[in-house]
Amino acid sequence: MAWFHRKKAGILTKRDDQNEVPEGQWVKCPKTDEIVNRREVEDNLLVFPGSGYHFGMSSHRYFDLLFDDDSFTFHDTDLYSTDVLDFEDRKPYSQRLEDAQKKTSQNEAVQSATGPVGGHMTSIAAMDFSFIGGSMGSVVGEIIARAIKRAYTNGYPLITITQSGGARMMEGALSLMQMAKTSAHLTRLEDAGLPFISILTHPTTGGVTASFAMLGDIHIAEPEALIGFAGPRVIRETIGSDLPEGFQRSEFLLEHGFVDMVVDRRQLQRRIITLLDLLMEDNA
Amino acid sequence: MADDTYLLDFEKPLYELEQKLDEMRTLNQDHAEDLSAEIEALEERVEQLRVSIYRNLTRWQRVQIARHPQRPYTLDHIEALTENFVELHGDRRFGDDRAIVGGFAQFQGAQYGHRDRTVMIMGHQKGRDTKERKFRRFGMPNPEGYRKAERLMKMAAKFNKPVVTLLDTPGAYPGMEAEERGQAEAIARNLFEMARLPVPIIVVVIGEGASGGALGLGVGDRVLMLENAWYSVIAPESCSQILWRSWDYKEDAARALKLTATDLVDVNVIDEIVPEPVGGAHRDPKATFNAVGNAIGAALNTLSDRPTDTLLDDRLARFDRIGAYDQRTAAESPVGS
Repeated sequence: MAWFHRKKAGILTKRDDQNEVPEGQWVKCPKTDEIVNRREVEDNLLVFPGSGYHFGMSSHRYFDLLFDDDSFTFHDTDLYSTDVLDFEDRKPYSQRLEDAQKKTSQNEAVQSATGPVGGHMTSIAAMDFSFIGGSMGSVVGEIIARAIKRAYTNGYPLITITQSGGARMMEGALSLMQMAKTSAHLTRLEDAGLPFISILTHPTTGGVTASFAMLGDIHIAEPEALIGFAGPRVIRETIGSDLPEGFQRSEFLLEHGFVDMVVDRRQLQRRIITLLDLLMEDNA
Repeated sequence: MADDTYLLDFEKPLYELEQKLDEMRTLNQDHAEDLSAEIEALEERVEQLRVSIYRNLTRWQRVQIARHPQRPYTLDHIEALTENFVELHGDRRFGDDRAIVGGFAQFQGAQYGHRDRTVMIMGHQKGRDTKERKFRRFGMPNPEGYRKAERLMKMAAKFNKPVVTLLDTPGAYPGMEAEERGQAEAIARNLFEMARLPVPIIVVVIGEGASGGALGLGVGDRVLMLENAWYSVIAPESCSQILWRSWDYKEDAARALKLTATDLVDVNVIDEIVPEPVGGAHRDPKATFNAVGNAIGAALNTLSDRPTDTLLDDRLARFDRIGAYDQRTAAESPVGS
């Protein structure tokens, strides 16, 4: 009956999802092996100069990038996950939460804020892969749902920036239901005739892709981001062979019609403002 | 029990005892010996063992029952509960996915406390033998399956017919073509369209409810679940693989995931448990269909004639309240913001 087939014991494949700028003063480009001073990467929105390799960026830095000046307000930073299933694998979930909170100085894997973007009041929810793989549990779902609600009750456009391994296993079916919850709220944004721009960054997979992240009016992907439903390891095991170069990357999704454009992070703010200017002209 | 019965490991002691009982009865009938006292004692033991096994099923044992190869599948339910089922095929964009079936049919509601009426009924479909399993892709849909479902649901809305969906899948198919054709987008689109479909939607988890592949047909006004079905964010084996880095912890994963009907009714993921015959749906399919029919009939009674706005507001609210969290004051929270 088993539909899963173990090809080899354990995980032998390299994880596709770790994308933080490494510690230390010098940073090596994962693509070209070129080495530069860390400062140069930090000052370049965590894009490697020359090669254009995009390292993962935190929610707070996306807020700094997209909102005009420092004129934005955080929301729902007081919502905390509870270990409602009393979930324990090799480590109790409550411990995982505590560790992630310490590591990131954040309450959860998504942060939400409102403020002007090119003068347009906008609701933004941005995820952090560094918090339990950017996974979506009850609190992530609730914060995103509230960000959507804030958009349709105030007449704001919505932007989400995703980086996530998918739904959070440690909350079982409650995590799964966040896919339905976030998607259901988006129907109200649609009724209100407000734009939703979904920005997909590396990596966006599983239950996040299969819910709100793929329901934007406009989909923008950062270069070479991994975007898909099933993870590459699972697909490799299903088909029993290696995947072609570039499979499930942003450019692949563009070619197959699932994103509107691939935009370099350094051009992102300008592109977003252009879109908001076009779509919100009557609300200016 | 017939010899072609597929036995789960924990059922074996019961099966052995039942066989012994059969032998004694045969002997008794042949008047070889008077065994009535022994038979009576053994009958009592069989009954005690049956109750102790099936009343104390572990979560993993329920997962095994949900996957039993003789368990009633979607088309079995459709055949038992409806007349004039007309299966509709294809997503009108790419192809027809055999892991999802659906069409209009007349629900025999008069037998189930409602009234006979046309419904759009659909669900994941598994296969019985090797050939059919492959044909149905083990009940694991490709994007065109979800897009066919979306098309059929919109047609149901056009003709103002309620929708019944039956969930039974080990997950959406994780293949290359599925990704190329937008598995994630197909599932996401269904969540969105189901959230705003202006007719009642009744969801029944009849077997395996694995992850987004199940939820892609799972947004509705009433979510019912058979007693031994399971429903969660991931299959226990995959959860074991990811969190324990080994395939060997599936029983622990099943326990940790709290994936049974009893677990899920407590956290409002499902609204109602549909009872199964002792030993599981496959032991008495007729009784199972009857219970499912009654539950659907009752749900239709509740949902029919509800104004569309109320229906859709309640549907949103139903999913909006799922989830657990703490709201902490700044003083309590370890994180400044």
